[in-house]
Amino acid sequence: MATVKVRRNFQQARWDEPIIYDMSVPGVRGILPPPVERAVVDRVGDVVGELGSMLRRELPNLPEVSQKHVLMHWIHLSQETMGANLTNDISEGTCTMKYNPRVNEDLVGEPDFADLHPHQDDDTVQGILQIYHAFEQMLKEVSGMDRFTLQPSGGNHAVFTAASIARAYHAARGEGDQRDETITTIFSHPCDAAAPATAGYKIITLPPDENGIPDLDALRAAVSNRTAAIFMTNPEDVGIFNPRVDEFVRIVHEAGGLAFYDQANANAFLGVARAKESGFDMCHFNVHKTFSTPHASGGPATGAFGCIEALAKYLPTPTVEFDGTRYFLDHDRPETIGKVKDFYGNANNVLRAYAWTMMLGADGLREVADISVLNNNYLEKKLLTVPGLTSAYQGNGIRRQEQVRYSWQTLKDDTGIGTDEVNRRLIDFGIASYWTSHHPWIIPEPMTLEPCETYSVEDLDEYYEALSQVSEESYRDPDFVKEAPYASSSHRRNDEAALDDPKRWAMTWRAYKRKQEV
Amino acid sequence: MGLRFGLIVNPVAGLGGRVGLKGSDGEALQERARQLGAQPEAHVRAGQVLRELAPHAARFELLTYPSEMGERPARDAGLIPTVIGAIRDGHTTGRDTQRAAAELRDSGVDLLLFAGGDGTARDVCDAVGTTVPCLGIPAGVKIHSAVYAISTRRCAEAAMRVLDGRVRSYREAEVMDIDEDAVRAGRVSAALYGYLKVPNESGLVQSLKSGGQTGEEAALASIARAVVEQMTDDRLYIVGPGTTPRAVMTALGLPKTLLGVDVVRNRELVASDVSERQLLDLLGREGAPGAQIVVTVIGGQGYVFGRGNQQLSPAVIRAVGTDHITVIAARTKLAALEGRPLLVDTGDQQLDRELAGYARVIIAKGESMMVKLAP
Amino acid sequence: MAKPVYPYIPNSEPAQKQRLLDGIGIDSVEDIYAEIPDHLRFKGRMNLPEPLLSEYAMKRHVLQILAKNRNCRDNLNFLGGGTWQHHVPSVCDTIIGRDEFLSAYVGDAYSDHGKFQALFEYASMMGELVGMDVVATPTYDWANAAAFCARMASRKNGRAEVVMASTTSPSRLMVIENYLKPRISLVQVAHDPETGALDLEDLRSKVSDATAAVYFENPSFLGFIEMQGAAIAEIAHAAGAELIVGVDPSSLGVLSAPASYGADYVCGDVQPFGIHMQWGAGLSGFMATRDEPDYVAEYPNLLFGITTTTKEGEYGFGEVFYERTSYATREEGKDFVGTTTALYGIIAGVYLALMGPQGMRELGEGIMQRAAYAIDVLDDIPGVQTPRFKSPVFKEFVVNFDGTNRSVRDINKALLDHGVFGGHDLSRDFPELGQSALYCVTEVHTQADIDALATALRAVTA
Repeated sequence: MATVKVRRNFQQARWDEPIIYDMSVPGVRGILPPPVERAVVDRVGDVVGELGSMLRRELPNLPEVSQKHVLMHWIHLSQETMGANLTNDISEGTCTMKYNPRVNEDLVGEPDFADLHPHQDDDTVQGILQIYHAFEQMLKEVSGMDRFTLQPSGGNHAVFTAASIARAYHAARGEGDQRDETITTIFSHPCDAAAPATAGYKIITLPPDENGIPDLDALRAAVSNRTAAIFMTNPEDVGIFNPRVDEFVRIVHEAGGLAFYDQANANAFLGVARAKESGFDMCHFNVHKTFSTPHASGGPATGAFGCIEALAKYLPTPTVEFDGTRYFLDHDRPETIGKVKDFYGNANNVLRAYAWTMMLGADGLREVADISVLNNNYLEKKLLTVPGLTSAYQGNGIRRQEQVRYSWQTLKDDTGIGTDEVNRRLIDFGIASYWTSHHPWIIPEPMTLEPCETYSVEDLDEYYEALSQVSEESYRDPDFVKEAPYASSSHRRNDEAALDDPKRWAMTWRAYKRKQEV
Repeated sequence: MGLRFGLIVNPVAGLGGRVGLKGSDGEALQERARQLGAQPEAHVRAGQVLRELAPHAARFELLTYPSEMGERPARDAGLIPTVIGAIRDGHTTGRDTQRAAAELRDSGVDLLLFAGGDGTARDVCDAVGTTVPCLGIPAGVKIHSAVYAISTRRCAEAAMRVLDGRVRSYREAEVMDIDEDAVRAGRVSAALYGYLKVPNESGLVQSLKSGGQTGEEAALASIARAVVEQMTDDRLYIVGPGTTPRAVMTALGLPKTLLGVDVVRNRELVASDVSERQLLDLLGREGAPGAQIVVTVIGGQGYVFGRGNQQLSPAVIRAVGTDHITVIAARTKLAALEGRPLLVDTGDQQLDRELAGYARVIIAKGESMMVKLAP
Repeated sequence: MAKPVYPYIPNSEPAQKQRLLDGIGIDSVEDIYAEIPDHLRFKGRMNLPEPLLSEYAMKRHVLQILAKNRNCRDNLNFLGGGTWQHHVPSVCDTIIGRDEFLSAYVGDAYSDHGKFQALFEYASMMGELVGMDVVATPTYDWANAAAFCARMASRKNGRAEVVMASTTSPSRLMVIENYLKPRISLVQVAHDPETGALDLEDLRSKVSDATAAVYFENPSFLGFIEMQGAAIAEIAHAAGAELIVGVDPSSLGVLSAPASYGADYVCGDVQPFGIHMQWGAGLSGFMATRDEPDYVAEYPNLLFGITTTTKEGEYGFGEVFYERTSYATREEGKDFVGTTTALYGIIAGVYLALMGPQGMRELGEGIMQRAAYAIDVLDDIPGVQTPRFKSPVFKEFVVNFDGTNRSVRDINKALLDHGVFGGHDLSRDFPELGQSALYCVTEVHTQADIDALATALRAVTA
């Protein structure tokens, strides 16, 4: 057994890094664009002069920095960032912070992928089309849905695609104007409300019942002939599987609506439970969560969207098809919703996800699910012994699946230290900020952890030990915890109100300089 | 020296609770409570808050009234307050609270802390209204006013946030005037008294996943637009008391009786601050288009009917029809209920049962939440 | 065969897995799945390809599939139209591969200070380029950014019509249309068939007090430069409408900043800034506005601002305007935000710092010279006519093949045998242009490359 190492002497890189503009020296160059041949210049004459009033008179005020200093600066900034590949990132619950395999980065850097133009003739991109097609087949098997599109480039984007398809479906049936409401649940991701709202829907939110499961009676009271669809997660962010999910779907179907399964939390169900068996018409996977592609500081990501055959005609154009010998893009889709993104989505993630799935196969995916729920239950049992920590709906007798929403309310009542302070202190142990919860907090002082299959027993124990120490410190010396972090790249902001003040906020260096002068 | 905190302790608040009396209003009752051996609860509760703040004493100045109205609990907690005003020790009344609140406000305090119950809140409200940020330290027997922190711990917490410059906004919270005994006896005695300005709890922790929060003001404006958009011609709209219904009237460009009920038809004011009688008269004259009641959740306990809007009596509600009620409330207000249902206590148990079930509460334009409503 | 221990799953090692079970106090993972009713369970084993467990085998397998592609390094590529082939500096590739940025996510500035600073610097440099004080975190792509600008404008002025140049990218238009449904409608403005420029008379007739915003792209999708920026701005503003300008930012070393001719919103794509084409996966939209609360309030994106910390002299970062005030009507017709393309924003910042003002000028000027040269030599080919529009061009231009009696489709198929990816076929989206293609030339093209294209075109059209 390996040692459980709690990094009590951790110190994050603290470069006291200047803003890039502070490093600028007039005339210094970082890279030279390739020069134009003399013969070309002579032949074309003064092309820039033709621009007349559209010619830029003053050069843009960009920093002038040598190449080494540019490299150094951004390496410093990277070192002041905690990525999942280098930390114990059980922290970001609901985000499924997996290991992002290095080999996949090699693959996306291959010229046979990186240097493909999206308008190339289908015959010259048979390889990437094959990867798209094959990954779609995998997703179909994992979900039980009939078709997928890989155009959406994030989870929310896939939910928006679902809302767009619901809109097209009801419009085609002549009920587009009448069905103007969608339903979601309070512990579903906020995009299950926001994305349909963007598509023009009114949103009804359902509360949880006393066990933390969406309230079925509230759904019955909410559905009507105005219901276009339900958008729900299962399990929701509290980690409890909704055993009556098929009942929810049935009620919405009986009202004439569609049912969309937000599978942001799908990691625990690979080969275990699928959208199809619960009766859903549509679903999505966050490929950057469940299928290991990088979160990339907030994208590019991929939200694979799947649906049943009856809705396939509305999918974004083009789709990837195979005629038995040749792959091709099908742009001839008269009932399509159009496009949700230019071109075909984030092909780099499709390539990575295909590679990852190929290394695991059916048994490996099932192992992913098994280990993620075991990890979660193991960690939960240990953490619930930490003084001051409880979990949402604790003691309701229902085992959590892949994640748990915890609460530091007891700690806060006892010591004044809440989740915000614990979160800051945890950084001092080399652990990334954890995910609390979306607003408003239904569970007070929340902390949502998701120890997916990437994490070892030692990682789980380390996390437990670190949180135990923070709890212990909070009872012993709350003021010490309040002043954290101590080992982070930066100190605590001391003037939050400035960020809300139009006279002082600054989102660019030029705005900052201007406001400094005033 | 940074900020200035004001402190008022109502020495008799909560006096009745521990000895089984229903309240502490009036000198006779207070005397009896003392005879029964009651301890001044407000002193104890204020002390809990002050002890949390004491380690940071160098960063703020504490201004308070003499002796039992603040000075003593402050000193007991290890603080050295600046004392203003004068009282007759052992014989303070609501007047003293009013005087203290006004003088502390005039002394430029950044946050006025007061320990007491609903009566204390009413006195503070009379004196300062929404001119200075306030926060109640809960010490009363039963508190309906939403101006009190849930616990002394959370009160200290909020004060610390003010001290640290971490409070981004304030909201108006209800002060209630409720005599529970009278309510039980079916007498109209549960009014919305006024508002105080309190620090907002939400939006303190930034959430990079979900984006910004909508501020209180924007949330209310959005709710108002939703209500106004749904208004139909010739229908009578009975708009209940509170800041959320006020936003509806503001959206219509109409004046609002903040603590009373107003009536609107075709976007024009029909009557202001109406009584139950006037409402019934108006409804009696109504024809086909019917009427709609627009109410919000009042106070910290989650009441939709029966607290603060007695004009909307069982007779009025029945005349309008139970399926013609629009409940409006900001998302944060519902979240503050922490899963408890909304309540109705109209005084008519049959009606309460009919109203029970799920209310579809409008929380923004285009957004509603199903909330359980319990009798 | 024994069950494998998966390198990506440390607890798949049997003894470690047993420690988990023992710790929980259960015999099997099925005790946890028991919460899922039997009829909702998936029965059996998923029908997936047999795995290639070793990294080597998997990599070899994938490379064999990718080898079926033909790439733009081994072939001469003249495709543009939304994704463009530019040189990707090695420093950009180094930074995009840093595990810290690659695998970070939504941590606050205390764990991810560097990520915040990098995105702030991206915004700062983009702001200089377009002439705006506010630049938001990136969107999915240009189309997404344009749609968000239109929705912001509509919320801001309460109007529900967007007037748009008919030369807008067709695929971008499909994305925008879907975002604007059902509340906002699109009105197209004609363009001058000779110059491609927006028809100002038609614009005047279509702009009204119902117009939320006017949108045009510069350089346009068809490559020509819209010279009437200021006149368009004047017409839009006279009607109380906002002006949204979409730009290819690689042009901004030579072209005026859109803010300077009256843009209220600027959007576009930063893919040219150090991001590989990746079959269209390199897209990353940007959005910029003036620094005024009624603009800022409507942003659905995160906005990162610079501020102070408890340590004197240290820069801190946080989210700006977190609690949107009454300026905002985001609740109505609001947009969703989430994981978009932050990493590409970081890389665009690296790229701009490398290039500096002089590099951006040289890049723009060099591209214009190459494009002019390409136009000159291609126009000499019998039956080939270019430029189709009599306006200056930046890096793309329309080439008409009607005189060759060959379709673009045929020509492009034939060019493949010469190792050339011919320009994007416009005949489906712009039938009025006949058999025309959109050619793209950038700094990666040498004189010899362009000459090779001309030679190949002569051969296939002869």
